Amino acid sequence: MVLESDAELRRRAWDAAASVVDPEIPVLTIADLGVLRDVVLAGDHVEVAITPTYSGCPAMNMIALEIEVALERAGFHRPKIRTVLSPAWTTDWMSEEGREKLRAYGIAPPQASSSRRALFGEQVVACPQCGSEQTELLSEFGSTSCKALWRCKACREPFDYFKCH
Amino acid sequence: MRIANTEVSETPLVLYALRRADDALILGHRLSEWCGHAPMLEEDMALSNIALDLIGQARELYTYAAKAEGNGNDEDKLAYLRDVRQYRNLLLVEQPNGDFAQTLVRQFFYSAFADLYWRAMMTSRDTTLAAIAAKSEKESAYHLRHASEWIIRLGDGTEESHRRVQASIDHLWAFTGEMFAVDDGERALIHAGIAIDPGALRGRWLTTLSDVVSEATLVLPQNDWMQQGGRSGRHSEHLGHLLSELQSMQRTFPGLTW
Repeated sequence: MVLESDAELRRRAWDAAASVVDPEIPVLTIADLGVLRDVVLAGDHVEVAITPTYSGCPAMNMIALEIEVALERAGFHRPKIRTVLSPAWTTDWMSEEGREKLRAYGIAPPQASSSRRALFGEQVVACPQCGSEQTELLSEFGSTSCKALWRCKACREPFDYFKCH
Repeated sequence: MRIANTEVSETPLVLYALRRADDALILGHRLSEWCGHAPMLEEDMALSNIALDLIGQARELYTYAAKAEGNGNDEDKLAYLRDVRQYRNLLLVEQPNGDFAQTLVRQFFYSAFADLYWRAMMTSRDTTLAAIAAKSEKESAYHLRHASEWIIRLGDGTEESHRRVQASIDHLWAFTGEMFAVDDGERALIHAGIAIDPGALRGRWLTTLSDVVSEATLVLPQNDWMQQGGRSGRHSEHLGHLLSELQSMQRTFPGLTW
Protein backbone atom coordinates (compact mmCIF):
# COMPACT_ATOMS: atom_id res chain seq x y z
CA MET A 1 0.00 0.00 0.00
CA VAL A 2 1.25 3.46 -0.86
CA LEU A 3 1.16 5.81 2.12
CA GLU A 4 -0.79 8.99 1.59
CA SER A 5 0.82 12.30 2.34
CA ASP A 6 -0.80 14.55 4.97
CA ALA A 7 -2.09 16.81 2.22
CA GLU A 8 -3.70 13.85 0.44
CA LEU A 9 -5.21 12.56 3.68
CA ARG A 10 -6.61 15.97 4.52
CA ARG A 11 -8.03 16.29 1.00
CA ARG A 12 -9.73 12.93 1.38
CA ALA A 13 -11.16 13.90 4.79
CA TRP A 14 -12.36 17.23 3.37
CA ASP A 15 -14.00 15.48 0.39
CA ALA A 16 -15.76 13.03 2.72
CA ALA A 17 -17.09 15.82 4.97
CA ALA A 18 -17.97 17.98 1.96
CA SER A 19 -20.15 15.20 0.52
CA VAL A 20 -22.66 15.60 3.35
CA VAL A 21 -25.88 17.26 2.20
CA ASP A 22 -28.40 19.43 3.99
CA PRO A 23 -31.19 17.04 5.10
CA GLU A 24 -33.89 19.59 4.19
CA ILE A 25 -32.34 20.70 0.88
CA PRO A 26 -30.55 17.57 -0.37
CA VAL A 27 -29.19 19.26 -3.51
CA LEU A 28 -26.87 21.41 -1.40
CA THR A 29 -23.74 20.05 0.25
CA ILE A 30 -22.43 21.63 3.44
CA ALA A 31 -19.54 22.94 1.34
CA ASP A 32 -22.01 24.72 -1.00
CA LEU A 33 -23.73 26.21 2.05
CA GLY A 34 -20.50 27.48 3.58
CA VAL A 35 -21.21 25.45 6.75
CA LEU A 36 -17.99 23.42 6.40
CA ARG A 37 -15.25 25.73 7.67
CA ASP A 38 -12.16 23.60 8.20
CA VAL A 39 -10.75 20.08 8.34
CA VAL A 40 -7.67 19.58 10.51
CA LEU A 41 -5.49 16.48 10.74
CA ALA A 42 -3.63 15.79 13.98
CA GLY A 43 -1.79 12.46 13.74
CA ASP A 44 -4.45 9.97 12.68
CA HIS A 45 -7.17 12.12 14.19
CA VAL A 46 -9.55 14.37 12.21
CA GLU A 47 -11.30 17.45 13.48
CA VAL A 48 -14.01 19.12 11.40
CA ALA A 49 -15.09 22.69 12.08
CA ILE A 50 -18.63 23.64 11.12
CA THR A 51 -20.62 26.82 11.67
CA PRO A 52 -24.33 26.89 12.51
CA THR A 53 -26.68 28.61 10.06
CA TYR A 54 -29.86 29.80 11.77
CA SER A 55 -29.70 29.76 15.60
CA GLY A 56 -32.51 27.25 15.92
CA CYS A 57 -31.99 25.15 12.79
CA PRO A 58 -32.59 21.50 13.78
CA ALA A 59 -30.71 20.30 10.70
CA MET A 60 -27.38 21.14 12.38
CA ASN A 61 -27.53 18.13 14.74
CA MET A 62 -28.29 15.88 11.77
CA ILE A 63 -25.45 17.40 9.74
CA ALA A 64 -22.94 16.82 12.56
CA LEU A 65 -24.03 13.18 12.79
CA GLU A 66 -23.78 12.70 9.01
CA ILE A 67 -20.25 14.12 8.97
CA GLU A 68 -19.17 11.58 11.58
CA VAL A 69 -20.67 8.76 9.53
CA ALA A 70 -19.08 10.01 6.29
CA LEU A 71 -15.63 10.22 7.89
CA GLU A 72 -15.91 6.82 9.56
CA ARG A 73 -16.81 5.36 6.16
CA ALA A 74 -13.76 7.02 4.64
CA GLY A 75 -11.61 5.34 7.29
CA PHE A 76 -11.14 8.19 9.75
CA HIS A 77 -12.02 6.88 13.19
CA ARG A 78 -13.74 8.85 15.92
CA PRO A 79 -13.73 12.18 14.13
CA LYS A 80 -14.32 15.24 16.23
CA ILE A 81 -16.86 17.92 15.23
CA ARG A 82 -16.22 21.41 16.49
CA THR A 83 -18.79 24.22 16.24
CA VAL A 84 -17.37 27.61 15.39
CA LEU A 85 -19.59 30.63 16.11
CA SER A 86 -17.28 33.39 14.99
CA PRO A 87 -17.39 34.78 12.35
CA ALA A 88 -21.15 34.23 12.13
CA TRP A 89 -22.45 32.40 9.06
CA THR A 90 -24.17 34.45 6.39
CA THR A 91 -25.94 33.47 3.17
CA ASP A 92 -23.21 35.48 1.39
CA TRP A 93 -20.99 32.42 1.97
CA MET A 94 -23.15 30.24 -0.26
CA SER A 95 -21.21 29.33 -3.39
CA GLU A 96 -22.31 30.38 -6.89
CA GLU A 97 -22.66 26.70 -7.72
CA GLY A 98 -24.88 26.29 -4.65
CA ARG A 99 -27.11 29.17 -5.77
CA GLU A 100 -27.51 27.60 -9.20
CA LYS A 101 -28.37 24.20 -7.68
CA LEU A 102 -30.99 25.85 -5.49
CA ARG A 103 -32.60 27.60 -8.45
CA ALA A 104 -32.67 24.38 -10.47
CA TYR A 105 -34.28 22.64 -7.46
CA GLY A 106 -37.08 25.24 -7.42
CA ILE A 107 -35.91 27.43 -4.52
CA ALA A 108 -35.06 31.08 -5.20
CA PRO A 109 -31.49 31.66 -3.93
CA PRO A 110 -30.72 34.33 -1.29
CA GLN A 111 -29.86 37.81 -2.49
CA ALA A 112 -26.59 39.41 -1.42
CA SER A 113 -27.19 40.96 1.99
CA SER A 114 -24.45 43.58 1.94
CA SER A 115 -26.83 46.28 3.09
CA ARG A 116 -29.21 45.88 5.99
CA ARG A 117 -32.84 45.88 4.89
CA ALA A 118 -35.16 48.64 5.97
CA LEU A 119 -37.96 47.60 8.30
CA PHE A 120 -40.53 47.61 5.53
CA GLY A 121 -38.12 47.47 2.59
CA GLU A 122 -39.36 46.15 -0.75
CA GLN A 123 -37.48 43.24 -2.26
CA VAL A 124 -37.59 41.70 -5.70
CA VAL A 125 -37.28 37.92 -5.85
CA ALA A 126 -37.30 36.25 -9.26
CA CYS A 127 -39.42 33.13 -9.74
CA PRO A 128 -37.13 30.05 -9.91
CA GLN A 129 -39.54 28.40 -12.38
CA CYS A 130 -40.14 31.03 -15.06
CA GLY A 131 -37.74 33.82 -14.05
CA SER A 132 -40.44 36.48 -13.79
CA GLU A 133 -39.95 39.25 -11.24
CA GLN A 134 -43.74 39.64 -10.90
CA THR A 135 -43.77 37.83 -7.56
CA GLU A 136 -45.26 38.42 -4.13
CA LEU A 137 -44.49 37.40 -0.55
CA LEU A 138 -47.07 35.05 0.96
CA SER A 139 -45.40 34.41 4.30
CA GLU A 140 -42.10 35.67 5.74
CA PHE A 141 -41.75 32.33 7.52
CA GLY A 142 -41.82 29.12 5.52
CA SER A 143 -41.38 25.37 5.85
CA THR A 144 -37.93 25.68 7.47
CA SER A 145 -36.10 28.45 9.38
CA CYS A 146 -34.21 29.50 6.26
CA LYS A 147 -37.15 29.87 3.87
CA ALA A 148 -39.99 32.28 3.10
CA LEU A 149 -43.03 31.42 0.99
CA TRP A 150 -43.57 33.36 -2.25
CA ARG A 151 -45.87 33.17 -5.25
CA CYS A 152 -45.23 34.00 -8.89
CA LYS A 153 -47.93 36.16 -10.45
CA ALA A 154 -46.82 35.26 -13.98
CA CYS A 155 -46.79 31.44 -13.87
CA ARG A 156 -48.98 31.23 -10.71
CA GLU A 157 -46.59 28.78 -9.03
CA PRO A 158 -45.87 29.13 -5.31
CA PHE A 159 -42.17 28.79 -4.42
CA ASP A 160 -39.71 28.88 -1.53
CA TYR A 161 -37.19 31.70 -1.20
CA PHE A 162 -33.99 31.05 0.76
CA LYS A 163 -33.92 34.13 3.02
CA CYS A 164 -30.91 36.40 3.43
CA HIS A 165 -29.15 35.89 6.72
CA MET B 1 -37.24 10.83 44.09
CA ARG B 2 -36.44 14.48 44.63
CA ILE B 3 -34.45 16.09 41.85
CA ALA B 4 -31.94 18.67 42.99
CA ASN B 5 -31.96 22.05 41.30
CA THR B 6 -28.86 23.07 39.40
CA GLU B 7 -26.58 25.24 41.53
CA VAL B 8 -25.19 28.16 39.56
CA SER B 9 -22.31 30.42 40.61
CA GLU B 10 -23.63 33.67 39.24
CA THR B 11 -20.57 35.74 38.48
CA PRO B 12 -21.51 38.96 36.65
CA LEU B 13 -20.66 37.40 33.25
CA VAL B 14 -22.54 34.14 33.94
CA LEU B 15 -25.55 36.10 35.19
CA TYR B 16 -25.42 38.37 32.17
CA ALA B 17 -25.53 35.47 29.70
CA LEU B 18 -28.12 33.64 31.80
CA ARG B 19 -30.52 36.61 31.81
CA ARG B 20 -30.45 36.87 28.00
CA ALA B 21 -30.71 33.09 27.62
CA ASP B 22 -33.74 33.00 29.94
CA ASP B 23 -35.44 35.82 27.97
CA ALA B 24 -35.03 33.87 24.74
CA LEU B 25 -36.07 30.49 26.17
CA ILE B 26 -39.18 31.73 27.99
CA LEU B 27 -40.41 33.85 25.08
CA GLY B 28 -39.65 30.99 22.68
CA HIS B 29 -41.63 28.60 24.87
CA ARG B 30 -44.56 31.01 25.08
CA LEU B 31 -44.64 31.30 21.27
CA SER B 32 -44.43 27.54 20.87
CA GLU B 33 -47.71 27.31 22.80
CA TRP B 34 -49.37 28.71 19.65
CA CYS B 35 -48.21 25.76 17.55
CA GLY B 36 -51.36 24.22 16.11
CA HIS B 37 -53.59 27.00 17.51
CA ALA B 38 -52.74 30.14 15.50
CA PRO B 39 -55.54 31.87 13.57
CA MET B 40 -54.16 30.73 10.19
CA LEU B 41 -51.56 28.32 8.83
CA GLU B 42 -49.04 31.03 7.87
CA GLU B 43 -49.15 32.42 11.40
CA ASP B 44 -48.78 28.99 12.92
CA MET B 45 -45.58 28.62 10.91
CA ALA B 46 -44.41 32.16 11.65
CA LEU B 47 -44.84 31.91 15.42
CA SER B 48 -43.24 28.45 15.50
CA ASN B 49 -40.33 29.69 13.39
CA ILE B 50 -39.76 32.66 15.68
CA ALA B 51 -39.95 30.32 18.67
CA LEU B 52 -37.30 28.12 17.05
CA ASP B 53 -34.99 31.10 16.47
CA LEU B 54 -35.35 32.17 20.10
CA ILE B 55 -34.76 28.69 21.49
CA GLY B 56 -31.68 28.44 19.25
CA GLN B 57 -30.38 31.72 20.66
CA ALA B 58 -31.10 30.45 24.18
CA ARG B 59 -29.09 27.27 23.56
CA GLU B 60 -26.02 29.21 22.47
CA LEU B 61 -26.31 31.60 25.41
CA TYR B 62 -26.78 28.77 27.95
CA THR B 63 -23.82 26.90 26.52
CA TYR B 64 -21.76 30.05 26.86
CA ALA B 65 -23.00 30.72 30.43
CA ALA B 66 -22.10 27.16 31.43
CA LYS B 67 -18.64 27.50 29.91
CA ALA B 68 -18.07 30.86 31.59
CA GLU B 69 -19.15 29.34 34.91
CA GLY B 70 -16.87 26.32 34.48
CA ASN B 71 -18.63 24.07 37.03
CA GLY B 72 -19.69 21.30 34.67
CA ASN B 73 -23.19 22.64 34.01
CA ASP B 74 -24.58 22.55 30.48
CA GLU B 75 -27.49 24.02 28.51
CA ASP B 76 -29.88 21.27 29.63
CA LYS B 77 -29.08 21.56 33.34
CA LEU B 78 -29.54 25.32 33.15
CA ALA B 79 -32.82 25.17 31.26
CA TYR B 80 -34.45 22.13 32.84
CA LEU B 81 -33.23 22.04 36.43
CA ARG B 82 -33.43 25.59 37.74
CA ASP B 83 -36.50 26.58 39.71
CA VAL B 84 -38.62 29.73 39.31
CA ARG B 85 -36.58 31.90 41.67
CA GLN B 86 -33.38 30.98 39.79
CA TYR B 87 -34.78 32.20 36.47
CA ARG B 88 -33.56 35.67 35.46
CA ASN B 89 -35.79 36.60 32.52
CA LEU B 90 -37.77 39.81 32.02
CA LEU B 91 -41.30 39.75 33.41
CA LEU B 92 -42.51 40.79 29.96
CA VAL B 93 -41.60 37.51 28.24
CA GLU B 94 -43.32 35.25 30.79
CA GLN B 95 -46.68 37.03 30.50
CA PRO B 96 -49.35 34.69 29.11
CA ASN B 97 -50.16 34.68 25.40
CA GLY B 98 -53.67 36.05 26.00
CA ASP B 99 -55.30 36.65 22.63
CA PHE B 100 -53.40 36.99 19.34
CA ALA B 101 -53.14 40.77 19.88
CA GLN B 102 -51.50 40.38 23.28
CA THR B 103 -48.97 37.87 21.91
CA LEU B 104 -48.08 40.25 19.08
CA VAL B 105 -47.77 43.31 21.34
CA ARG B 106 -45.47 41.38 23.69
CA GLN B 107 -43.43 40.28 20.66
CA PHE B 108 -43.37 43.81 19.26
CA PHE B 109 -42.09 45.38 22.52
CA TYR B 110 -39.42 42.70 22.88
CA SER B 111 -38.32 42.49 19.22
CA ALA B 112 -38.02 46.27 18.88
CA PHE B 113 -35.59 46.10 21.80
CA ALA B 114 -33.80 42.88 20.74
CA ASP B 115 -33.18 44.25 17.25
CA LEU B 116 -31.32 47.27 18.66
CA TYR B 117 -29.70 45.31 21.47
CA TRP B 118 -28.15 42.56 19.33
CA ARG B 119 -26.98 45.02 16.72
CA ALA B 120 -25.16 46.97 19.45
CA MET B 121 -23.76 43.75 20.96
CA MET B 122 -22.00 42.89 17.69
CA THR B 123 -19.24 45.23 18.89
CA SER B 124 -18.81 43.39 22.23
CA ARG B 125 -15.19 42.65 23.15
CA ASP B 126 -16.35 39.14 24.01
CA THR B 127 -16.03 37.29 20.70
CA THR B 128 -18.65 34.62 21.56
CA LEU B 129 -21.26 37.17 22.59
CA ALA B 130 -20.45 39.22 19.48
CA ALA B 131 -20.90 36.13 17.27
CA ILE B 132 -24.22 35.20 18.92
CA ALA B 133 -25.27 38.83 18.41
CA ALA B 134 -24.39 38.77 14.71
CA LYS B 135 -26.78 35.88 14.18
CA SER B 136 -29.52 37.07 16.54
CA GLU B 137 -29.52 40.54 15.03
CA LYS B 138 -30.64 39.25 11.64
CA GLU B 139 -33.30 37.03 13.17
CA SER B 140 -34.61 39.87 15.39
CA ALA B 141 -35.01 42.10 12.32
CA TYR B 142 -37.40 39.52 10.79
CA HIS B 143 -39.26 39.17 14.09
CA LEU B 144 -39.68 42.92 14.43
CA ARG B 145 -40.96 43.29 10.91
CA HIS B 146 -43.48 40.49 11.39
CA ALA B 147 -44.81 41.95 14.67
CA SER B 148 -44.88 45.52 13.31
CA GLU B 149 -46.94 44.52 10.29
CA TRP B 150 -49.49 42.84 12.56
CA ILE B 151 -49.69 45.80 14.97
CA ILE B 152 -50.50 48.04 11.99
CA ARG B 153 -52.97 45.62 10.46
CA LEU B 154 -54.83 45.00 13.73
CA GLY B 155 -54.64 48.58 15.03
CA ASP B 156 -55.83 50.04 11.77
CA GLY B 157 -58.29 47.17 11.27
CA THR B 158 -61.73 46.73 12.77
CA GLU B 159 -63.05 48.39 15.91
CA GLU B 160 -62.67 45.09 17.73
CA SER B 161 -59.06 44.43 16.64
CA HIS B 162 -58.13 48.05 17.43
CA ARG B 163 -59.63 47.79 20.91
CA ARG B 164 -57.79 44.54 21.64
CA VAL B 165 -54.33 45.77 20.55
CA GLN B 166 -54.74 49.01 22.49
CA ALA B 167 -55.79 47.07 25.60
CA SER B 168 -52.69 44.84 25.26
CA ILE B 169 -50.39 47.84 24.84
CA ASP B 170 -51.86 49.41 27.98
CA HIS B 171 -51.61 46.12 29.89
CA LEU B 172 -48.03 45.19 28.94
CA TRP B 173 -46.51 48.69 29.03
CA ALA B 174 -45.47 48.47 32.71
CA PHE B 175 -43.26 45.44 31.89
CA THR B 176 -41.08 47.30 29.37
CA GLY B 177 -38.97 49.36 31.82
CA GLU B 178 -37.04 46.30 32.98
CA MET B 179 -35.37 45.96 29.56
CA PHE B 180 -33.42 49.17 30.19
CA ALA B 181 -32.45 48.58 33.83
CA VAL B 182 -28.81 47.90 34.76
CA ASP B 183 -27.32 46.69 38.07
CA ASP B 184 -23.76 47.08 39.40
CA GLY B 185 -22.50 43.82 37.94
CA GLU B 186 -23.75 44.76 34.48
CA ARG B 187 -22.34 48.25 34.82
CA ALA B 188 -18.87 46.74 35.28
CA LEU B 189 -19.36 44.59 32.15
CA ILE B 190 -20.50 47.65 30.19
CA HIS B 191 -17.41 49.51 31.38
CA ALA B 192 -15.24 46.60 30.19
CA GLY B 193 -16.82 46.69 26.72
CA ILE B 194 -18.35 43.21 27.12
CA ALA B 195 -21.94 44.41 27.53
CA ILE B 196 -23.67 47.48 26.13
CA ASP B 197 -25.70 50.08 27.99
CA PRO B 198 -29.37 49.31 27.26
CA GLY B 199 -30.37 52.75 28.54
CA ALA B 200 -28.70 54.25 25.47
CA LEU B 201 -31.13 52.30 23.24
CA ARG B 202 -34.32 53.60 24.84
CA GLY B 203 -34.67 56.68 22.61
CA ARG B 204 -34.45 54.64 19.39
CA TRP B 205 -36.70 51.94 20.84
CA LEU B 206 -39.36 54.57 21.55
CA THR B 207 -39.00 55.98 18.03
CA THR B 208 -39.59 52.52 16.49
CA LEU B 209 -42.63 52.05 18.73
CA SER B 210 -44.06 55.51 18.03
CA ASP B 211 -43.70 55.13 14.25
CA VAL B 212 -45.52 51.81 14.14
CA VAL B 213 -48.11 52.65 16.78
CA SER B 214 -49.09 55.92 15.14
CA GLU B 215 -49.38 54.25 11.72
CA ALA B 216 -51.64 51.74 13.47
CA THR B 217 -53.81 54.62 14.82
CA LEU B 218 -52.97 53.48 18.37
CA VAL B 219 -51.38 55.37 21.27
CA LEU B 220 -48.57 54.62 23.73
CA PRO B 221 -49.42 55.04 27.42
CA GLN B 222 -48.17 58.16 29.18
CA ASN B 223 -47.84 56.27 32.44
CA ASP B 224 -44.16 55.68 33.34
CA TRP B 225 -44.51 53.47 36.43
CA MET B 226 -42.63 50.26 35.68
CA GLN B 227 -42.80 46.79 37.21
CA GLN B 228 -39.47 45.05 38.00
CA GLY B 229 -38.21 41.84 39.57
CA GLY B 230 -37.55 39.23 36.88
CA ARG B 231 -33.82 39.96 36.64
CA SER B 232 -33.40 39.05 40.32
CA GLY B 233 -35.77 36.07 40.31
CA ARG B 234 -38.95 37.72 41.61
CA HIS B 235 -41.47 36.59 39.02
CA SER B 236 -45.16 36.84 38.31
CA GLU B 237 -47.35 33.84 39.14
CA HIS B 238 -47.21 32.70 35.51
CA LEU B 239 -43.60 31.50 35.28
CA GLY B 240 -43.97 28.52 37.64
CA HIS B 241 -46.79 27.11 35.53
CA LEU B 242 -44.77 27.59 32.35
CA LEU B 243 -41.74 25.81 33.87
CA SER B 244 -43.84 22.91 35.10
CA GLU B 245 -44.62 22.16 31.47
CA LEU B 246 -41.19 23.03 30.06
CA GLN B 247 -39.35 20.93 32.66
CA SER B 248 -41.77 18.06 33.19
CA MET B 249 -39.77 15.45 31.24
CA GLN B 250 -36.48 16.11 33.05
CA ARG B 251 -38.21 16.33 36.43
CA THR B 252 -40.01 13.02 35.83
CA PHE B 253 -37.20 11.13 34.09
CA PRO B 254 -33.94 12.69 35.32
CA GLY B 255 -31.14 12.62 32.75
CA LEU B 256 -33.43 11.53 29.91
CA THR B 257 -31.93 12.07 26.45
CA TRP B 258 -33.54 11.77 23.04
